[in-house]
Amino acid sequence: MQDEPTPVELTKSVADFLRSDITPLISGHQAFKLRVAINILDLVTRQLTQEQGSDAEEVERLRALLGIDGSVTDLNRTLADRIARGELNLATPGLAEHLWATTMDKLAVDQPNYASYKRELSRDG
Amino acid sequence: MIEAQLSRSVARWCEGATGVTGAAKLSGGASQETWRFDIVHPDGPIGAILRRSPKGYGAAPTRAAGLGAEAQLMQLAYEAGVPSPRVMHVLTAVDDLGTGFIMQRVEGETIARKILRDDEFAAVRPHLARQIGGVLAGLHRLPLDKLPELRRMTAAKEIAEFERDYRSLNWPKPVFELALRWLRDNDPGPSAEETLVHGDFRNGNLIIGADGVRAVLDWELAHLGDPMEDLGWVCVNSWRFGEIDKPVGGFGSREELFAGYAAAGRKVDPARVKFWEVMGTLRWGIMCGGMMQRFREGPDHSMERAMIGRRASETEIDLLRLLAPRGS
Repeated sequence: MQDEPTPVELTKSVADFLRSDITPLISGHQAFKLRVAINILDLVTRQLTQEQGSDAEEVERLRALLGIDGSVTDLNRTLADRIARGELNLATPGLAEHLWATTMDKLAVDQPNYASYKRELSRDG
Repeated sequence: MIEAQLSRSVARWCEGATGVTGAAKLSGGASQETWRFDIVHPDGPIGAILRRSPKGYGAAPTRAAGLGAEAQLMQLAYEAGVPSPRVMHVLTAVDDLGTGFIMQRVEGETIARKILRDDEFAAVRPHLARQIGGVLAGLHRLPLDKLPELRRMTAAKEIAEFERDYRSLNWPKPVFELALRWLRDNDPGPSAEETLVHGDFRNGNLIIGADGVRAVLDWELAHLGDPMEDLGWVCVNSWRFGEIDKPVGGFGSREELFAGYAAAGRKVDPARVKFWEVMGTLRWGIMCGGMMQRFREGPDHSMERAMIGRRASETEIDLLRLLAPRGS
């Protein structure tokens, strides 16, 4: 077991420092790069916070859909192969729901401000 | 410096020109650069743009038409009244500037988010979707017998290329697989009519002024194929920059785009346009994967490129919205 603070706490502290202390000091292209850097740290924080839960649910759905067990990566590879071979398609019960749930979980980490995501989120809520 | 070479060049082909000032690089990768500069002239400065591959970078990437073809297409478009910069000079060995061309600089805005938000464009925005239809109609009418040598593409060839690119990434994505299947199952076959296709006609590659579209840029992906490809690509959600209910670049509706196209005397096939919108969404998603790969393998190890890899999921949600929409 590793000591604390946790990776999330450490990453957040760097992002907060860059946001509050460094942003006011720079401008132009460097300011743009700094914004990208802060966005990356925020993404990492979201992934560290959410990945475990969403991966577990994804594996659950994939096991039901594919009838086999494995890691989230292996199961995704199998799902991709079966769709490519035409063995699974949108008429397959549960496939569309699975792809929607998985994609929503990805956007929640990658780009939670993306307009399509926000629209679909309001549909869920 | 580049100004010395440009000064010698303009003196040869621009009557009265005495030199150049203000040369500044606008963008550039390893193989292609864009520079802005002013030609010094007794009648007043002439704004110009240089597009070039520096010496030693002659070979164009496989999909690009090449700078020579780009110059010819822009000049043809300009002569046909399609908004385009006038090409002033095609570089030769004597110029000592590599390969490429020099064109007149068109003032205006290319940054999509500014065009969609700034007050300066508020009055023209509602007209842009229709106007873009007219511009595309003009572009698709450019005479085939005057075009430079271009790749000939069909939907089936593009699907095969995307699939190869996607598989080379070794990046299993069930939604992309679904889209590839859908594209194969819904391929409408070769278009009855083959025209020039711009290949990257979208918000971000247009110079817009308060009066509307002033120039169409970035002709490097031009090819021969189905004209509906350009109408589908301009509607891809990634080029709406948040204005998701206005499919045409965030400006307006498909109906307005189609009306502008039809008013200029050309026929729209809405089913084909939808097909190409799905294709375009997948295309951008795979390109995001390509950026991730270039980030990993160098030479561009930038944060920006890394983050574009994390935008592929945007195209996945957009593909699902197109192919498996949830109840409204």
